[in-house]
Amino acid sequence: MVFTACGQQECPECPPCPEAGECPPCPEAAECPECPECPEVSAVGGKRFQLIKDRGYIICGVNQELPGFGYINPEGEFAGFDVDFCKAIAAAVFGDATAVEYRPLVAAERLPALQTGEIDVLLRNTTWTLTRDTANELDWAAVNFYDGQGMMVRVESGFETLEDMEGATVCCTTGTTTEMNLADAFRMRGVEYTPLLFESTQDTNTAYEEGRCDGETSDKSQLAALRSAMANPEEHVILDVTMSKEPLGPLTAHGDNKWNDVVRWVVWGMQEAEEQGVSSENVDQMLSSDNPTVKRLLGVEGEVGDSLGLPNDFMVKVLQQVGNYAEVYDRHLGPEGIDIPRGPNELWINGGLIYPMAWR
Amino acid sequence: MKREQPDISGKAVSGCITLNQGAGMSRGAATVGRRTAVPFWRDERVLKVLAQIAFVVLVLAIGLWALSNYRERGLKFSFGFLDEEASFDLAEGIAFSPTDSYARAFLVGVVNTARVASLGIVLATLLGLVTGIARLSDNWLVSKIASIYIEIVRNTPLLVQLFFLYFAVILKLPQLKVRDEITAITLPGPTYLSNRGLALPWPRPSESFGSWWPFLVVALIVTVLLWILRARGVQRTGHPSFNFLWVVSAFVTVPVIGWLVVPGNPLVLDVPVIEGLRATGGTVLSPEFVALTLGLVVYTGAFIAEVVRAGILAVPKGQTEAARAQGFTNGQILRLIVLPQALRVIIPPLISQYLNLTKNSSLAVGIGFLDLYAVSSTMLNQSGRVVEVFLMIMASYLSMSLSVSLIMNVVNRRIQIVER
Repeated sequence: MVFTACGQQECPECPPCPEAGECPPCPEAAECPECPECPEVSAVGGKRFQLIKDRGYIICGVNQELPGFGYINPEGEFAGFDVDFCKAIAAAVFGDATAVEYRPLVAAERLPALQTGEIDVLLRNTTWTLTRDTANELDWAAVNFYDGQGMMVRVESGFETLEDMEGATVCCTTGTTTEMNLADAFRMRGVEYTPLLFESTQDTNTAYEEGRCDGETSDKSQLAALRSAMANPEEHVILDVTMSKEPLGPLTAHGDNKWNDVVRWVVWGMQEAEEQGVSSENVDQMLSSDNPTVKRLLGVEGEVGDSLGLPNDFMVKVLQQVGNYAEVYDRHLGPEGIDIPRGPNELWINGGLIYPMAWR
Repeated sequence: MKREQPDISGKAVSGCITLNQGAGMSRGAATVGRRTAVPFWRDERVLKVLAQIAFVVLVLAIGLWALSNYRERGLKFSFGFLDEEASFDLAEGIAFSPTDSYARAFLVGVVNTARVASLGIVLATLLGLVTGIARLSDNWLVSKIASIYIEIVRNTPLLVQLFFLYFAVILKLPQLKVRDEITAITLPGPTYLSNRGLALPWPRPSESFGSWWPFLVVALIVTVLLWILRARGVQRTGHPSFNFLWVVSAFVTVPVIGWLVVPGNPLVLDVPVIEGLRATGGTVLSPEFVALTLGLVVYTGAFIAEVVRAGILAVPKGQTEAARAQGFTNGQILRLIVLPQALRVIIPPLISQYLNLTKNSSLAVGIGFLDLYAVSSTMLNQSGRVVEVFLMIMASYLSMSLSVSLIMNVVNRRIQIVER
């Protein structure tokens, strides 16, 4: 049964119309045309933004075992690059970065949790792919990290490229896009290798650390995180080879564009703030800046906040409580964190891929 | 219980009739009348039919409901994906490349499971037989060692044992080589043991193998014939007509003659060589295969040992005493008197141990061995065909288990016939 919500009314009597305007013959043919007018919303996504505002906090799906991105810190709190974006969204909506409830999710649970409306937004290093975007009825808001599949090897092996790895054994987690990319990469280069597949990331990593494999493959960010947790990180190196594109970012359920807009403009706002040189330290002085873009960004001028359904100074709150993109990056992924060079995650003006949309 | 009551009272009453015939007649008639008057909701025959109908309706309803759910979600039930390119790689067992189909990938899994299960069954039986007998030994040390092994292994979970064996034992073996220096444990052969697996020398058929294998067939036929002849002699006269060694030597000499007659060596010993990052040549058993087979053998062997012990203890003590009185040696008593009788008790529970071993091999997924279940879980993750793949998994395990029990039931029947 499909119950389509038309505003406040429900029209369960009407058979589902396969195409708008093309109504199947039904007894109440006269009443039927009301149905195609229903906005195309999924039951869970429709009024999500209002629901969140009424609830008073956001529910954020995160990782809890990936150092740098989403993990539980020694104080027992959720922390990491992705977690900071949850805080930024909460700061934008409620002016309070702590108005978040975290839901730790494993890879297999993450998409259903969003589809069923259990969480408001998913920030768990999830690759933006066509199938997930369409068939799984999800909407990515933005990209907050450009990743790629990499290969970690031992320094003493002397490998520099995948071509050097003739006859090598490569550890990999099964059931991911990783194992297909791996097969493609080696086949393309005509290099013979032996894959060894495990179900859990932990087992894959243990087998590599014990020397069962010559290399371990996964997303580069993940490899960096795993490497940082090893007994002797300096004995391992991540090759300068990228086997696939992995754009990661926050996503919401399909159908609630208003909520999705909020998430994406918070991400872009933090990136724009870095570009304009506004940070948590100077945001109060910047309120009196002459730069028109900065004025609009901080809500001194214009009404961008209203159009999003947020207070006009929402970016001030975000910057005060969480910081701009560079601050978040450095805190978790920079030299004091798990140390991933910014590479493609530099601003576009510095030759990277981070390019926030125009703030006007 | 209540439903059976009319029957019981009926019988009791008919008992009465035989005792006091005349007086009982009217009561007997009354009973019959009461039986026909049982309301249908208490009539066992009606209830049985109704229960069957209800069961069929339930099964159909569940099936239709599942089907309608399937349709509603726009899913199509089809095995068409089996012809599609798998595009992942598998490196255990028969050759596979990413351009091969899903069907081929599934076959890789089936073959790997069959390899582990068949080798595991043979080795676990041997281990179980030896340990079971050892536990009954008069030698205190031997019997205690056997009991300790059995009790430890039987009372810890198999998955834990497998993880321990793989991560804590096999992966802790030395590396194959460190900085161009071979660090693997090298045994004569050469055999290399490292955490990359066990590399063994292995015979490979050469060009002249084609003209040599008929000798093997002849040797096998001659051996079987001699065996039957010998057994007939025992049946007829009570003594074997010739020594057992004749049978063995026939099995050995015929192929040796063939080896000398055929030009060149029909089998060449392929020796493993450490080349680059791995050992090539010979045969290489992967650490995952070794861990899984060893784990299953050790675990199932402990259960089989108990089955064997139970079977031996089920043979009356008098049998042993009588045999000893007639001058049989201990070995002869075990081989000729006790074991043949114990087998009748041993075989049926042994079948279920074999089935357990076959099904337990699906734990391979935890230690990276590409068995049927591990390959299938990759298949369903990449193709999204959950229902189809699970049906295939179940059908495969079912047919494997049924063939094991079919063979074992035939064996069982042959042994049971001996009983008088």
